[in-house]
Amino acid sequence: MKLHRVIPTALAAAALLFSGVAAAQQPVKIGMSMPQTGSLGAGGKAALLALQMWVEDVNAKGGLLGRKVEFIAYDDQTNPALTPGIYTKLLDVDKVDLLIAPYGTVPTAPIMPLVKQRDLLLMGNFSFQVNRTVQHDKWFNNAPWNNAESWSAGFIGTGQKLGAKSIAFLAADQEFAQNLANGARELAKKAGLQTVYNQNYPPTTVDFSTMIRAIRAAKPDIVFVMSYPNDSVAIVRAVNEIGVGDSVKLFGGGMVGLQFTPIMESLGSSLNGIVNYNSWVPGIQYPGIEEFLKRYAKRAAEAKVDPLGFYLPPFNYAIGQMIEQAVTATKSLDHKVLADYIRKNEMKTIVGPIRYGPDGEWANPRVVQAQFRGVVDKNVEQFRDPKKFVVLYPDTFKTGDVIAPFEKARGK
Amino acid sequence: MFSFELLLEAILFGVLLGCFYAAVSIGLSVSFGLLDVPHVAHPAIMVFGAYCTYLLGTYGFDPIVAGIVLMPVFFLLGVGVYRFYYESFEKRGTEAGVRGLAFFFGIAFIIEVGLILVFGVDQRMVQAPYIGTSLSLFGYRIPYRLVVAFGVALVLTAALTVYFSKTFLGRAIKAVAQDEPALRLMGANPVRIKQWAFGIATGVSALAGAMLIIVGPVEPALDRLYIGRTFCVVVLAGLGSMTGTLAAGLILGIAESIVLTLFGASWAPAVAFGLLLIVLGIRPQGLFGR
Amino acid sequence: MKYWIVSAALVLAALGLALSGINEYVFFAGFVVLTFVVLATAWNILGGYAGYVNFGTPAFFGLGAYSAAVLFKALGAPLVLQIAAGAVMGGLLGFGVGLLTLRLRGIFFAIATVAVIFIMETLMVNWRYVGGATGLQLLRPPVPEVFGTYTRMLFVVMVVMAVAAVSIARYVQTSWIGRGLRAIRDSEEAAECSGVPTLRLKLFACVVSGALMGAAGAPMPMYLSFIEPASTFNLNYAIAALGSATIGGMSHWLGPIIGAILLGSLQQIVTVTISGEVNVLVVGVLLVLFVVVAPEGILGLFKKKLFAAKSR
Repeated sequence: MKLHRVIPTALAAAALLFSGVAAAQQPVKIGMSMPQTGSLGAGGKAALLALQMWVEDVNAKGGLLGRKVEFIAYDDQTNPALTPGIYTKLLDVDKVDLLIAPYGTVPTAPIMPLVKQRDLLLMGNFSFQVNRTVQHDKWFNNAPWNNAESWSAGFIGTGQKLGAKSIAFLAADQEFAQNLANGARELAKKAGLQTVYNQNYPPTTVDFSTMIRAIRAAKPDIVFVMSYPNDSVAIVRAVNEIGVGDSVKLFGGGMVGLQFTPIMESLGSSLNGIVNYNSWVPGIQYPGIEEFLKRYAKRAAEAKVDPLGFYLPPFNYAIGQMIEQAVTATKSLDHKVLADYIRKNEMKTIVGPIRYGPDGEWANPRVVQAQFRGVVDKNVEQFRDPKKFVVLYPDTFKTGDVIAPFEKARGK
Repeated sequence: MFSFELLLEAILFGVLLGCFYAAVSIGLSVSFGLLDVPHVAHPAIMVFGAYCTYLLGTYGFDPIVAGIVLMPVFFLLGVGVYRFYYESFEKRGTEAGVRGLAFFFGIAFIIEVGLILVFGVDQRMVQAPYIGTSLSLFGYRIPYRLVVAFGVALVLTAALTVYFSKTFLGRAIKAVAQDEPALRLMGANPVRIKQWAFGIATGVSALAGAMLIIVGPVEPALDRLYIGRTFCVVVLAGLGSMTGTLAAGLILGIAESIVLTLFGASWAPAVAFGLLLIVLGIRPQGLFGR
Repeated sequence: MKYWIVSAALVLAALGLALSGINEYVFFAGFVVLTFVVLATAWNILGGYAGYVNFGTPAFFGLGAYSAAVLFKALGAPLVLQIAAGAVMGGLLGFGVGLLTLRLRGIFFAIATVAVIFIMETLMVNWRYVGGATGLQLLRPPVPEVFGTYTRMLFVVMVVMAVAAVSIARYVQTSWIGRGLRAIRDSEEAAECSGVPTLRLKLFACVVSGALMGAAGAPMPMYLSFIEPASTFNLNYAIAALGSATIGGMSHWLGPIIGAILLGSLQQIVTVTISGEVNVLVVGVLLVLFVVVAPEGILGLFKKKLFAAKSR
């Protein structure tokens, strides 16, 4: 684990001078672990930068409750075995006041029992249905989906409009993919689709040629893939290498990592034709997001992380904004008070207004399903062009129709 | 969903994979099979070789070229390691065998953690024109990277077989493996010979490491999985047999591929270890054992 | 007699510590160190006394952990029952591994034990009831009022388990069993020829060693409130057990304790201050160092002084 402390002392000192508050007050400590290496690392680094930007912004305004914010983030390497130890350390050694969850379902799952047992507020960070079994009442996840239907309906619906009758499922055996797969299978059954292939693979799998071959042999119309960045990349490469067959109309759906800029850049034209989920693509209007992305791009260039920052950074900045709004409104750091506030009020963020349902997820999902088109190799700036992500769902953001079959769309 | 065609593809894939497994195990066939060194750090050295290939790749070296360039470097490394092992353990008798095992386990861990500290836990890949493209043969798409590994494996096995049977030093190594006292009586220095052999084994591991990173991405903990595969191949082959290594590799490759196709990827790690246990239980001397 | 007084005093001290107001993290870290003590002591019964290098510690540990998790999930079983289950399953696996020793020696035995780890892990990965590779979240039952938190209770439980493990190792070492095992270590053929019941002794050592490792694994799911195969069957446990015994000294029951406390504490300190990887590096380097330079371990280094003192 690498220790990464952000103590903007210069800004804090300036703020103190301006606000005239007496010196030497205890900082408000906010702690988390963020996957900066491992499968989710490329996304985590960008997300971390966004949170650091928020800490600096809030300290420039005088901090929280007049106290400066100290931000402590460790690297959990996308390894779920490390997070219980890290969060115990944050609570008992670093003595943090507030917790943010790690980015991602897999590192977050192990600490759910811990926060429930200690009755703590936890701000979720792009996890999927990780509170399903524990049912903690102080959990608020920041991600544009809530249940499996909010995620899969767009993808499966697009397939049905193309006349699909059969579906193949390829899912990693980990918390995120399994949560999504269980929900998606239900939906597919309700939609009357026949499952012709259903495979869970261990998260450490690197070679997918056997599975892609098996999928091809099964001749599905839709291939619903639920994977984490390392596997997503390997699957895309395998499809590129040996092909998935002419019968496939729709491919993708739940592939994490195809939203990270470094991965999009390295896969290049292999992405074409894939229909995948996203949180935001160029062209979607949210208040304040363009201005944030401009500031982010400057900081990212210096820090040498994801220069575009479309997927996670705005949402992570929004987590900070929600903490700020709740703490400022309730004038408290008490976890129960904050949790009640967040549950009852609309949160205003740069990714739009957010309201929470009783399970701690967004009441109104806004998952985007988009098809990659016309992507070329070795070009980062091309992704600023909305035409590279043709939005198929939801209707409010739709920019085009899907091109099928899948192998044909790859040619374009 | 399961068809005869799929099975055929699985077997084809298994043959290519099997030759790759043979190539990465050949170094162990020499160091453990012929020299009786409990070299559980062999996969770790191979992964180290893969990372060195990756480093050279960032300077523009083609991975196979990098592997060949690394061979003499690793040869010297092997000589050094054997010398140290001999002085510390083998010289002091058989009770030290247990400690020698602990020593190599420790080395394997040190290499693995060292790689994590230097490179991090992220996966690393190399680029080459034959990685990511495939050959179309009779309606089957065969990834070139596997064909490359297949080719290198055959060349390597052939080269080593010829070396051990035709050259003076090669035959001396075989002699040391069979009857060390006799060799001593004939005036040859068995320690020097064994050193040379271990050096060859380690040099071969460099090329094996290059192939490892050609076939797929590498990460520091990869050696744990390959302990099972390499020892399975070497034990199944029968200690010290080069052609046996190829045959055993093929058997493992095909077995893994069929299990993968029929039962799924979650059973794959158990194949090598399961086969190893079966061989140890039923026929510990392997197929072509000495 | 002295031994039992010291042991009782240790347990009481641990209890006192757990009831005091000291920082929670002490118990969180202390639990891990105590787990290492049990694992190293258990390993040494087979590895140190009998000379069979078992690299499969994670298999027994993991089996114990999963047995406890299954019992908890299915029946809500109390901790004591979970530990008993872990011990029983560990012992059974130990019996199986013991049968392996009929055919395999030295490196072949060690590699076979590594194989057992991966096969066990693969079985758990494919068992959906325990969550497969995804893992299982577990909510702890309420803790008895006297302990402040569950972690403190686990700490005390682990101290008791450590004392029990060491007591068993001490008994084995000083009894005729220990003599037989030493004979096997020195020369198995000679031992057989002189009438030592080698198979029965080896099986005994394997079963006891396995049972203790399984018991050590049982509290893990409750400790983390989470269990998943990759970290539970991690090879790091193998090197920790082997390393602790090697560094502390393999011929006496004190050795693994010294080694485990040293290694365990070092690991926890390094993890908190530097990084998790460096702590594995520390274990590896120390292991190699001791194996090459001081094969008798720390105890061996002091043995000369001990003997000199006793003979006066």
